[in-house]
Amino acid sequence: MKILVCISKTPDTTAKIAFTDNNTKFNEAGVQFIINPYDEWYALVRALELKETIGADVHLVTVGGADCDPIIRKALALGGDEAFRINADSADSFYIASQIAAHAREKQYDIIFTGKETIDYNGSGIGGMVAELLDLPYVSIAAKFDLNGTVATVNREIEGGEEICEVSLPVVVSCQKGMAEARIPNMRGIMAARTKPLTVVDPVAADTLTSVISFELPPAKAGVKLISPDNVDELVKLLHEEAKVI
Amino acid sequence: MSILIFADQAQGKIKKAALEAVQYGAKVAAQLGTTATALVLGPVDAAELSALGNYGAQKVLHAADARLHEVESIVYTKVIAEAAEKEGSQVIIFPHNFDGKAVAPRVAARLKAGLVAGAISYPDTSNGFVVKKNVFSGKAFAHVNITSDKKIIAIIPNTFALTPGTGTAAVEAFSPAIQDSDFKVKVVKTETVSGDVPLTEAEIVVSGGRGMKGPENWGILEDLARALGAATASSRPVADAGWRPHHEHVGQTGLTVRPNLYVAIGISGAIQHLAGVNGSKVIVVINKDPEAPFFKAADYGIVGDAFEVVPKLTAAVQKLKQS
Repeated sequence: MKILVCISKTPDTTAKIAFTDNNTKFNEAGVQFIINPYDEWYALVRALELKETIGADVHLVTVGGADCDPIIRKALALGGDEAFRINADSADSFYIASQIAAHAREKQYDIIFTGKETIDYNGSGIGGMVAELLDLPYVSIAAKFDLNGTVATVNREIEGGEEICEVSLPVVVSCQKGMAEARIPNMRGIMAARTKPLTVVDPVAADTLTSVISFELPPAKAGVKLISPDNVDELVKLLHEEAKVI
Repeated sequence: MSILIFADQAQGKIKKAALEAVQYGAKVAAQLGTTATALVLGPVDAAELSALGNYGAQKVLHAADARLHEVESIVYTKVIAEAAEKEGSQVIIFPHNFDGKAVAPRVAARLKAGLVAGAISYPDTSNGFVVKKNVFSGKAFAHVNITSDKKIIAIIPNTFALTPGTGTAAVEAFSPAIQDSDFKVKVVKTETVSGDVPLTEAEIVVSGGRGMKGPENWGILEDLARALGAATASSRPVADAGWRPHHEHVGQTGLTVRPNLYVAIGISGAIQHLAGVNGSKVIVVINKDPEAPFFKAADYGIVGDAFEVVPKLTAAVQKLKQS
């Protein structure tokens, strides 16, 4: 069994969001970078659980520069066996998916896990694009993944519920909460990660179909209007007459 | 050259998010001087189909094939690509809901179309084809230029208010070339909470946090939700503790909602929770801790005990609805 987990470097969930260079670049000053939580907590940990229960080689792939190496080492410390960094700027989802698909085509994985989206670009596109480029089935936004031989049972989230799906491997799955419980790397893992292979790969030629022109922060809130707990009628009146939402 | 809109259905009903996509697509069509074609897959009532004219579609392509009842991303991608080819569509619109997220990226890769997922504006074509989207989980926006000839926009539900008119759409049966062998992912069971408004489509959401102290106290919150015609939601600690089902969890690792009104009860307002709700038009916070960070993100607030305030609020809402 060979599993590929796609990981991405993102700012910490509590990072202050600000921009520089005339609002064209994310301001990285003082920002902690982490493995995108969906990639780590759900995709990677579920892959590691499968490795522990049925045996699997867990590969990691990311598209980015050398600044991604610390998060790749952390993923290796959690239990990944081998990592590949495709040395390119991760600017457009089709470009990134093309790189991952080229890597996966060569290595022939049984399962490709991604997070359901990154918490910075919120594109939620990589899994579906990789699946299409490899002509593989895709289950999006999965909360559960079990294997019985080469048939996977996957719970896919839909509006107000879940669909329980069956699909034969190989498959691409995007993962969300429910798949696995987050883990913390232990000292043995951290030491072992230092000597695990991290291969830097040159990108393949691929098109870039979108580009970010600029960023913008939402306007500041005007400030809260406080209402006395003894005067809830006033709140209802404001919601009805001022805000016009009820 | 028509704009193609993927209008998804559940149990034979066109989703609200899909109506928003149709209306959005019709506006883009007018902007670009072309027409809007809605694509509906799976069995749906004839009345539902022609009603899409009220949202600006000139034409509805309907593939009634019963096998299309549920989303299979490989099959849906083939069908949408065939429809886009047939209509000569350069621009395709999706709702950025669960179905859209399952299918739009595949279609984008197949057609080599630049994808903006999570769009919250109409395209600005004055210099390129620029669409504004949510980034950093709603904490910022990006203006993204789609540089490819083919373009896909997936819009966030509840962003563009529905303003139905009285148009008519010509419904055309569509028989895409699909085989049984194309279906790789088989849905063996569907588990949904029936009767309720899906949380992501709800116009009002009443949400509870740890301050509710336990699942046995949810009754007062549900009463308020009923009075408001709202869906109920929860914060992450509540879902983690198993007080409420996971699919009600709103926040960075849960659902993102954009209702007209979000009422947060006993939720402190951690940055990860705010990421899931900061697109709401109006936020009301009820919390006994005046220092709760949620008040900074709120429009209206009550500092008080939820167990006293919420039942009074329910009564006041009922009084308003009866007046």
